[in-house]
Amino acid sequence: MSIPLSQIGQERRVDCHRPWPRAIVDTRTWNLAASQLALGELSLVGLWGEADCVHMALHDPAEASFAVLSLPCPDQRYPSIGLRHPVALRLERALVDLFGLTPEGLPDTRPWLDHGRWPVRHPLAERSEADAAVLSYPFLSAEGDSLHQIPIGPVHAGIIEPGHFRITASGETVVRLEERLGYAHKGVESLMAGADVTRAGQLAGRVSGDSTVAYAVAFAQAAEAATGCLPPARAQWLRALMAELERIGNHLGDIGAICNDAGFALMQAHCAVLRERVLRAADTAFRHRQMRDCVVPGGVAVDLNAEGLAAVQALIEEIRRRFPALIELYDNTASLQDRMVGTGILDSGLARSFGAGGYVGRASGRNFDARRLPGYAPYEGLSFVVPVRQSGDVNDRVWIRIREVEQSLSLIEQVLSGLPQGPLLAALPVMSGVCEGVALVEGFRGDVLVWLRLDVGGRVARCHLRDPSWFQWPLLEVAIDGNIVADFPLCNKSFNCSYSGHDL
Amino acid sequence: MAVILDLLVQGAQMALVLLLAPLLTGLVRKTKARLLRRQGAPIVQPYRDLLRLLRKEVVLAENASWLFRVAPYLIFASTWVAAALVPTFATGLMFNWTADLIAIIALLGSARFFLALSGMDIGTSFGGIGSSREVMIASLAEPAMLLIVFTVALIAGSTQLSTVSAFMASPSVGLRMSLALALVALIMVALAENARIPVDNPSSHLEVTMVHEAMVLEYSGRHLAMIEFGGFLKLLLYVSLIASVFMPWGIADHAAGPVEYAFGAIAYLIKLALVGVLLAVFETAIAKMRVFRVSEFLGAALMLGLLGTLLLFVSRSL
Repeated sequence: MSIPLSQIGQERRVDCHRPWPRAIVDTRTWNLAASQLALGELSLVGLWGEADCVHMALHDPAEASFAVLSLPCPDQRYPSIGLRHPVALRLERALVDLFGLTPEGLPDTRPWLDHGRWPVRHPLAERSEADAAVLSYPFLSAEGDSLHQIPIGPVHAGIIEPGHFRITASGETVVRLEERLGYAHKGVESLMAGADVTRAGQLAGRVSGDSTVAYAVAFAQAAEAATGCLPPARAQWLRALMAELERIGNHLGDIGAICNDAGFALMQAHCAVLRERVLRAADTAFRHRQMRDCVVPGGVAVDLNAEGLAAVQALIEEIRRRFPALIELYDNTASLQDRMVGTGILDSGLARSFGAGGYVGRASGRNFDARRLPGYAPYEGLSFVVPVRQSGDVNDRVWIRIREVEQSLSLIEQVLSGLPQGPLLAALPVMSGVCEGVALVEGFRGDVLVWLRLDVGGRVARCHLRDPSWFQWPLLEVAIDGNIVADFPLCNKSFNCSYSGHDL
Repeated sequence: MAVILDLLVQGAQMALVLLLAPLLTGLVRKTKARLLRRQGAPIVQPYRDLLRLLRKEVVLAENASWLFRVAPYLIFASTWVAAALVPTFATGLMFNWTADLIAIIALLGSARFFLALSGMDIGTSFGGIGSSREVMIASLAEPAMLLIVFTVALIAGSTQLSTVSAFMASPSVGLRMSLALALVALIMVALAENARIPVDNPSSHLEVTMVHEAMVLEYSGRHLAMIEFGGFLKLLLYVSLIASVFMPWGIADHAAGPVEYAFGAIAYLIKLALVGVLLAVFETAIAKMRVFRVSEFLGAALMLGLLGTLLLFVSRSL
């Protein structure tokens, strides 16, 4: 029996929650949603908590709707979603660490973000002194003859973020990969509690450095939805310009880095030059290479002047001129194709059930883009194609990036030609009561979710930021299965999940 | 007097390979960097690296055995001797008569044996993976190398490099299919033996993809310097080998005077630079292959070597 998401929990709607409906539900409805998740009729968009409540954002692909379900749990216990829908496993383990909320029936009770080195336990709820450090962490076992384990990280040889990977291999073949993350935990959500909106917006932009625009836009949209503020049109268009510049820069960097991990440094050399051009154009146009703190709640902080416009136009022209030759080089180097095609295949069913966003999902046939659905200004007025491929291998993840770069170039041209004049910033109205907002924004990795509650004084009562990597990291473990150990960096780079955004 | 002169020339050759080996690696790295639109480190950077490593303190794992400490010197010494046996600017040097191609392969084989052992000595997983991959590659590269030696030896009538080189320089060699096959096979083996792309990536930072570098991850200080130097020498050895067998032009013979020696030295330098640049271009144009493709790659080298040998028999019996 399948119930459309819009029919679930209609009895107790929360009025101050925008734009999606939020319903306070009982255990029965919560469990019903869990079984629909398990059946694949709904997909999980986010799962987060408060001291005595747990929230779940859901998406119903059939009717293209979104909703948030909230289950009060005064006794700090709630029925586990991860028990039936493994996607939620790590989110629930993180909830245990951060809030002490216990999911009943959770199959995996190991800590996730808390490595036993924090001075406090449950930092977001009733804090208590941490007991003696529990540093042991049992990894999942793999049994068989002549298996051996390879620990990788958390400190890596390259300049990347920390994360531990435990590979169990039979000779050169990977039998099991298990990730352990949480090394980059910074306590962003805890810092946000009690901060004013401006400060919280800056914090949001620092969750994951390469997606600073996406996070800032998501936070700004959530704050604007909560307060009912409509940002000026010029600000929305400039946000789109920044977001697409960020996407192009990161995709170019990724394309080169993936090829470099296959020992083909030539591609990286050329892509790195183009990426640097993007950063410099962004610096000229918005006075920051990564455009950090350029998007603020209510609008944008920096305007695009004539010099910046010329820089972005020159950038588009240069990429359009030089990128086709690079695609040609990528596609026609047989030794490179031999490494890419058929490596790290991600099954399309898994991509769908995990709700994998970005190139990871789209390379495995999941046609989802937050710019289209739920959609936000100004994208409904712009024409672009969301590329989707079916094989789900490293090669497809590279091709999705290539196609998205082309789409973003076209989007930037449309933005530049249609950029409206007008003010940059609208003041957020002061609300008389508590208000809540939610936003889903397409970053270069996939959809970033921000959920926000402002209290009466306009300060942040609770803010949750969910990185797309939450739904991509677990898939990497599956995609690598049966591949050779030496292809792990290649697969990992083609996923390019965020450590910082995940560990928060 | 003649003996002293011979010794001097031989000594010059040994010093020459020692001096030139880091330069060759530096040249390859510089060329690659320029091809990748980077400035690149100066060509003399490998010398500086060696000096820096020699000055540095050695950090040893607690469970390192005596073998781990001794192996770098053994590796360096056997590679150096092997490199000194290959004719560079002149044939018929004093030591050239004492060793032949098979001895060179044996010397390199023992160096590899110690390297693989030391890779496993500490017990880290990367060292073990590196050793296992290295031995797998060696088990394929050595038979291919032996078949190449057979081909060349059948044509030249000797496995001794000086004789081979002199024969190749003489007009009697003619144009032979077998030699072309052997050259291609030797280049493939050389790429594998020197841990170059497409078999291994010498500049990779990814431990799980490494072969040679994975084995030496635990080394530091002067031990690492010895192993690095051994690697430089090995590259020089293979380049010299290719140069002396397949492009012996300008090489001085053993009764030559200083002018011929100087001429031979200049020719040698040009050959080194040429092969070094070609190597860099090749490495830039190709991606690294999967570990299991190495067996196909070296299998092809083996077949080419075998074909070269067979062709000789066939053409002779006709």
